[in-house]
Amino acid sequence: MKKLMNGVDTILRESLTGFCAAHADLVTMGEDGKFVRRAALKQGKPALISGGGSGHEPLHAGFVGHGMLDAACPGEVFTSPTPDQMLAAAEAVETGGGVLYIVKNYEGDVMNFEMAAEMASGDVMTVLTNDDVAVEDSLFTTGRRGVAGTVVVEKIVGAAAEAGADLASLKALGDRVNAATRSMGVALTSCTVPAAGKPTFDIGDDEIEMGVGIHGEPGRKRVPHKPADAIVADMMDAILGDFDASGGPALLFVNGFGGTPAMELYLVYNAARARLEKDGYSVARSLVGDYVTSLEMQGCSITVTRLDDEMAGYWDAPVHTAALRAGM
Amino acid sequence: MTGPDLKALIEAVSNVVIAHADELTDLDQAIGDGDHGVNMKRGFEAVVSDLDQITAKPVGEALKAAGMQLVMKVGGASGPLYGTLFMGLGKAWPETLDQTSLATAFGEAIDAVKARGKSEAGQKTMLDVLIPVQVALAAGGDLDTICDTAETAAAATIPMQATKGRASFLGERSVGHMDPGARSSQLIINAVCEALS
Repeated sequence: MKKLMNGVDTILRESLTGFCAAHADLVTMGEDGKFVRRAALKQGKPALISGGGSGHEPLHAGFVGHGMLDAACPGEVFTSPTPDQMLAAAEAVETGGGVLYIVKNYEGDVMNFEMAAEMASGDVMTVLTNDDVAVEDSLFTTGRRGVAGTVVVEKIVGAAAEAGADLASLKALGDRVNAATRSMGVALTSCTVPAAGKPTFDIGDDEIEMGVGIHGEPGRKRVPHKPADAIVADMMDAILGDFDASGGPALLFVNGFGGTPAMELYLVYNAARARLEKDGYSVARSLVGDYVTSLEMQGCSITVTRLDDEMAGYWDAPVHTAALRAGM
Repeated sequence: MTGPDLKALIEAVSNVVIAHADELTDLDQAIGDGDHGVNMKRGFEAVVSDLDQITAKPVGEALKAAGMQLVMKVGGASGPLYGTLFMGLGKAWPETLDQTSLATAFGEAIDAVKARGKSEAGQKTMLDVLIPVQVALAAGGDLDTICDTAETAAAATIPMQATKGRASFLGERSVGHMDPGARSSQLIINAVCEALS
């Protein structure tokens, strides 16, 4: 394993310290590194708090700031944060409007946020994201995972909160955005968790993992590597085939997993966009880049959100975070 | 049970988990996300560092405190699940301790884990060890029987297809590997049996 680090026990703390120092105009580190919070809070606005395992940077701390989150709780690499972090974050950024937790649907995250919500004293609501179509949602699985679509939820709900929406409306909007969002990932290589020291899974030079999760956990199936157009076609079949209706304005988000050149991400975007247009969608908004990564994994995910006017309006609203900045 | 006994017991359990961290991580890399050993180690190290304070309390309260420490330190799914197991056992700890009352309390702790994880037997999880152990305990089994039951039950998760946890994303590919949570539960039961024998 070759990584820029000093030790597995200090990697997270050193990285967070650097992040908070580099973006000191936007964020402050919470007590004991339990969370990263906005430097300036807006009184009375419901507090948006997310969190999850580290290793997905810039998710979630990179989205703390005006127009998105109020705080983010980083867990150990690929491990859910703990309830004490969520409670401490809520205490620090709650200003009278209640707390909305935005949680990716992984059992660990769900259970830890659930325990935090049970221990909390004030108003707490939760939006659970589960946009990953790779997982068959049936009695035999724990349900779909929350992946890159979480960024879309955080952006749109964050803008609505800034515009004055109350806690219950934000919860409803978050659920609606999640329900309009589908994602699918593909991995060309594995990633290496620092504490484990070796790749999470073995994959041959001539193989790809379709439907991979954001922790390098396996997806739908292992298939031979093939041209990008054929890979994108499979991903778009899964995504578009899962919507109840088709056509209309869409947000197309191509997300890199950490080890993929931007050149390839734009190539994927090009193929996915052509497919959307062929199927009667208009690509109304776009996002391309590394936003929800899996350490150094090579590969990407495609996310499609079927937009309505309200969602599109909030997508366009000003945002100023470390990883996303527009309109201000 | 007295303070020193409890201290030795919790210490033995913690040390076994810490010593097997690499093995648990290897099992988790095969069918999960490869962090079970690392996380459990972090949690039980926190329990050990607080051992004197924890074991100064009455047994029920001590178990609750150890469970809370696991919830706050482990993270992932195993933090809430093992935390709930210990807190549940502490909450249900009987005033008069005998095998029957212990089995009842352990059963209540398992019910709390089921509720937390929305899980049942047969889904390739820690419950597949804990439930048969509780049954053996309730049936009056001795320490050897309970230890054997845990070992057999952990091995029995190998051919199972996971329907809970990250291993469930693998579908049929989860078959052929021991569940890491089942293994850690077996290690804990084993350590308790050895400490008591």
